[in-house]
Amino acid sequence: MEATSQSTIGQKPLWYRIVNDKETRSVALQVLTLALLFGFFFYIIRNAVINLETIGKGYSFDFLWEPASYDISQRLIEYDSRSPHWRATLVGILNTLLVAVSGVIIATIVGFVMGVLRLSKNWLINKVVYCYIEYVRNVPVLLHILMVHGLIINTLPRPKNAINIDDTFFLSNRGFYVPKPLFEPAMWAVFIAFLAGIGFSWWFTRYAHKVQDATGKIYPVFWISLGAIIVFPILVYFIVGQPITLEYAELKGFNFKGGMVLRPEYLALTLALALYTAAFIAEIVRAGIQAISHGQTEAGRALGIKESRIMSLVIIPQALRVIIPPLSSQYLNLTKNSSLAIAIGYMDIVGTIGGVSLNQTGREMECMTIVLALYLSFSLLISAFMNWYNKKMKLVER
Amino acid sequence: MSEQQSYAPGTHPSLPPPASTVGIVGWVRENLLSSTTNIVITILTIYFLWVIIPPSLNWLFFDAVFQGADRNECRAIMKEAGANGACWAFIGHRIELLVYGFYPEAERWRVNLSFFVMLAALVPILFDHVPHRKKALWFSLVSPVIIYVLLRGGFGLEPVPTANFGGFMLTMVVGVTGIVVSLPLGILLALGRISHLPAVRIVCVTFIEFIRGVPLITLLFVASTMLNYFLPPGTSFDLLLRVLIMVSLFAAAYLAEVVRGGLQAIPKGQQEAADAMGLKYWQSMRLIILPQALKISIPGIVNTFIGLYKDTTLVIIIGLFDLLGMGKASLADVKWQGLSTEVYVTVAVFFFISCFAMSRYSLYLEKKLHTGH
Repeated sequence: MEATSQSTIGQKPLWYRIVNDKETRSVALQVLTLALLFGFFFYIIRNAVINLETIGKGYSFDFLWEPASYDISQRLIEYDSRSPHWRATLVGILNTLLVAVSGVIIATIVGFVMGVLRLSKNWLINKVVYCYIEYVRNVPVLLHILMVHGLIINTLPRPKNAINIDDTFFLSNRGFYVPKPLFEPAMWAVFIAFLAGIGFSWWFTRYAHKVQDATGKIYPVFWISLGAIIVFPILVYFIVGQPITLEYAELKGFNFKGGMVLRPEYLALTLALALYTAAFIAEIVRAGIQAISHGQTEAGRALGIKESRIMSLVIIPQALRVIIPPLSSQYLNLTKNSSLAIAIGYMDIVGTIGGVSLNQTGREMECMTIVLALYLSFSLLISAFMNWYNKKMKLVER
Repeated sequence: MSEQQSYAPGTHPSLPPPASTVGIVGWVRENLLSSTTNIVITILTIYFLWVIIPPSLNWLFFDAVFQGADRNECRAIMKEAGANGACWAFIGHRIELLVYGFYPEAERWRVNLSFFVMLAALVPILFDHVPHRKKALWFSLVSPVIIYVLLRGGFGLEPVPTANFGGFMLTMVVGVTGIVVSLPLGILLALGRISHLPAVRIVCVTFIEFIRGVPLITLLFVASTMLNYFLPPGTSFDLLLRVLIMVSLFAAAYLAEVVRGGLQAIPKGQQEAADAMGLKYWQSMRLIILPQALKISIPGIVNTFIGLYKDTTLVIIIGLFDLLGMGKASLADVKWQGLSTEVYVTVAVFFFISCFAMSRYSLYLEKKLHTGH
C-alpha cells in the first residue's frame, strides 16, 4: 500500500518536491529575509559599539541637561545661552512647527486661489498662473529659499530707513517688527468667550442639520457661527474694558527695540516654502475640480439649487475627496522641507539639536536619533490626522 | 424683377458670422472681456505684467554687462550708461568652475567624453525609432561602467579623487546615479510591499515608511556624521559614495509608493489569468503585471525623478559642491562680491530647462503608450 501511494505521488525525487513546493519556498524566503536583516543589524550595532568604545564615547542622553551655551535669536519660549540642550531642542521644535503651520496656511490659501485661477476663462490670468506654476515646480526648493532670503537681505532697507507703516509696523532687512500685545488679567474673559463661541457653533451646526433633516428648514449656519466665534468675543473684549495694550517697536541706535519681530530667516523660509508648495497645491486643486464631471453641476441646476450652493454642496465635497490625499502629502513635504532652514541659519530642529548641539557635544548618534525620531513622529501624526479626515470625507457606499 | 433675390426654402447660402465674434476681436471678447470680473482681472494682470516684465528684461539683458575683469569694472560700465543691470561677466569667468568643479584641468576632456557617452546611452532608451536599437541598448547597459572609469580613472587613466568632483558634473553624477539605481530598487520594494509573505511585506513597509517620514537632509546628515560608526573598525568610505547610497534609497522609497499605486490599479483578473496560463511568479510579473503597472505610473515615476534631480542641491549642506554649491562658493571671491542674484538666476535657468524637458518627455511617453480609445 505504502509503496504504491508513494510511487503515484512521488514521480520526482524528494528534494525536488521540497525545493519546488510553494509553502516551503515562502517559509524559506521569509526565514532568509529575517535572518539577513537581523544579521545586518547585529553586525552594524556590533561595529558601532566597538567603534564608540575605541574612541571612549558611550551612548547616553545625559548631555541634554548640560548648558547649551549658544544663542538662538528667533524663539517662542524663554531661552538663553545657559539653558540646557533639551531646551534648545524645544526651541528648535517650536520653530519648526511655527514654520510648518504658517507655511501650510499660506500655501493652502495661495494654492487654492491659483488652482481656481488656472481654471478661469480669462486667457491672460490662466497663462500667467501657468507660467508661475511651471517656474516654481521646476526649480529646487533650496534655491527658492536662498533667493527669497537674498532678496530680503539685499533689497530691503536698513533699520534706519525702514519701511514705516503708520509708526506701527516696520519692515527692514533685520526683520518685520510688529506691536507686541500685552495681556491684562481680564483677557481671560475674552478667551473664554472665544471658546464658548466655538462650542456653541459646533452644537448649533449639528442642531441645524437635525432641524433641516426633520423639517427642511435651513438656518443661516455660517453667519450665526461667525457671530458666535468672532463678534461675541469682540463684544466681551469691549465690555471688560479693552484688556490689551500694545508695545510698539522703536528705533534705538542701529536696530529696533521692543515689539515682536519676524526675523528675515523666518520670513524667507516661510514665504519660500509656502509659495513652492502652493504651486503643487494649485495643480492638485485644478485636477480635483476637473475630475468632477460636468453632469454634477447640471444635475444640481436641474434640482433647482442656487449656483453658489451647487459649488458648496455638490462640487466642493466631491472635489475634496480627490484633493485631500495628495494635499496631505504636500503638507508633509512642507514640514520636511522646513529642515532646509539650516541653509539660511534659521534655528529649527536640524539647526539646534542636529547642528550646533551636535557639533558642540560630538554626540552624533544621540543627536541624529532624536532628530530622526522627531521628524518621524511629526510625519506619522500628520498622516494619521489626514487619514482620519479622509475617512470622514470618504464616499459612504452601500 | 425685384432687387432682393429670393431663395427657395432651405437653399439660402450660409452668411458669415458677425465680425465681432470671429478673428482677433472675437477672441479678445471671448477670452479677456467676457464679463465685468473678467475685465477687472485682465486689467490687473496687464498692470502686474507691466510692473514686472520690463524691469526684469532690462536687468537681464538690456542693461546687463557681459564683459569685464571684476565687479568694479562691471559697475563702472553700468554707471557710465546710467543703468543697473546684471553682471554676467562674473558667470563667464566662473563657467569652468561651475561646470567641472575642481576636476584637474588636463583631465577635463574625460568629463566631456563621459557626458557624450551618457547622451549616446540615453538616445536608445528614450526613443523608439533608432536604428539598431537592440545593440544600442547593450551599449546603454555597459555605459555606467565606462562613465565610472572615465570619471574616476583606472585602466591607464590618471585616478581622480571624488573630492575633486563638483559643479554641473557633480549634479549630473548624483542625479543620474540616483535615477538609475532607484528605479529597480523601487520596483522591488513595491513588489515586496504587496507580497503575500508577511515577513517580506513588513520589512518593506517599515523601510518605506521610515524613509518617507524623515527629510532627505537628515538622511544626508546620517550619511556624513554617523555612517562611519556602523562600518567595521578601520574602514571608511568615500563621502560621495555615502551620499549616492542615501539619495538612491530615498528616491527608491518614493518610487516604491508610485509603483505600488500602479500595481494596485491592475485588475486582479490579470494575475489570475497569468496563474491560469501556468506562469511562475517572476514570469507573470515580468510579462503581464509590471508592463501594465509601470505604464500607468509613468507620470508619478517621472515626477519622482524630477524631485530627486532637484534634491541633488541638498548635498551642499553636507559640504559637497554641486552646481549651486560652486555658485555659492564663487560668491566668496572678493573681486566679485554681492553678485548672488546672477548666480541664483543661472542655476535656476539650468534646473528649469532640465526639469521642464523631463516633464515634457513624460507627457510624450504617456501619449505614446496610451492604448485606450
